[in-house]
Amino acid sequence: MLATAVIMFREVLEASLIIAIVLGASRGIEGRGRWVAGGIGLGLLGASIVAFLANVASSVFSGDGQAILNAVILLSAVVMLTWHNVWMSAHGKQLSSEVKAVGSDVQSGKRPMTALLVITLVAVMREGSEAVLFLWAIVTSGEQSLNMVLGGIGGVIVGILVGLLLYAGLLRIPTRHFFSITSWLILLLAAGLAAQAAGFLNQVGLLPALGNSVWNTSNILSQNSLIGQLLHILVGYIARPSGIEIVFYIVTFLIILVLMRTYGSNRNSRVKPVENPG
Amino acid sequence: MKHLLLISLLLPLAAFAADGDYTLTIKDHLFQPSQFTIPAGKKVKLVVRNQDGLPAEFESSDISREVIVPGHGEVTIFVGPLEPGTYQFFNDFNHDMQGSIVAQPAVTKGN
Repeated sequence: MLATAVIMFREVLEASLIIAIVLGASRGIEGRGRWVAGGIGLGLLGASIVAFLANVASSVFSGDGQAILNAVILLSAVVMLTWHNVWMSAHGKQLSSEVKAVGSDVQSGKRPMTALLVITLVAVMREGSEAVLFLWAIVTSGEQSLNMVLGGIGGVIVGILVGLLLYAGLLRIPTRHFFSITSWLILLLAAGLAAQAAGFLNQVGLLPALGNSVWNTSNILSQNSLIGQLLHILVGYIARPSGIEIVFYIVTFLIILVLMRTYGSNRNSRVKPVENPG
Repeated sequence: MKHLLLISLLLPLAAFAADGDYTLTIKDHLFQPSQFTIPAGKKVKLVVRNQDGLPAEFESSDISREVIVPGHGEVTIFVGPLEPGTYQFFNDFNHDMQGSIVAQPAVTKGN
């Protein structure tokens, strides 16, 4: 029962933390709850479909297809997180000044609602498909299944709670620093997801490894430990990274940073102060 | 330790098919073999064959591999080229199932 709980907890954790971060980072954007909820719903639907197909040996989602799908999912999350961050660096100041006023709206720019939807969708879909498959395997195995299903549900609840804790923690950050901290969180998250995508593309032979175990910090912090896994999700910690993972991490990090700086500095000249409607 | 080393040296001869492909079998909730050796510095094909009815997820954070293997199914992934060393893997759906890949420098030079 406990083993099941731990496995489900690990599967849920990534999605839970990602959603907590984007919910935190999109604070003050009106209507974000609906988009995030929609993303979770669609993600669960997608997860079930992928879980079903991944378990059919001959399907395109088995083996290579599965790894490529994972890479595509991760990279689309990276693109959406980038869009979100760039948008935030252009409008964050405006938002943080209005964040106290409930129901305030941001007047300029296209709000990254699709980004919120897609990020939550893919976060839920990726680990969710594994969770669905795992639970399904327990149920059909028959042995002690009720106990194990209960354990699994417990794991899901704890995973969601950790996400809520992170969200609550984020909200305690003073408004002045809020958006710069969340945008750094998203920047590191996106770089880590890009590195994961590189791992999947290397797994199917589409990318060279460029060296395995460029360093090995397993002895200091195992990636399979709880802290190791948390850092893996949040900042992309890899105990024994391959060269290609490091390249993806650094390149993604730099691209997002440059985009943020470019659009962040433009905003002063581009965005006019919002006029008070009379 | 010496025995283990010897056994792991012999394993490739005993357990694996030709073509430089390696096969890892999941049977009765165990990886068979639980440890096997591949040449270091070489990219090899690894076929993970699941003979159990339950799906498994072959996963290794040491070499960043993660793939679902359907019940009574098999998947092929690439491993390496690896530096000499030991790399752990496990079934993410059943953490009691663990094993390791040993990458060894080739004694005789081959292509």
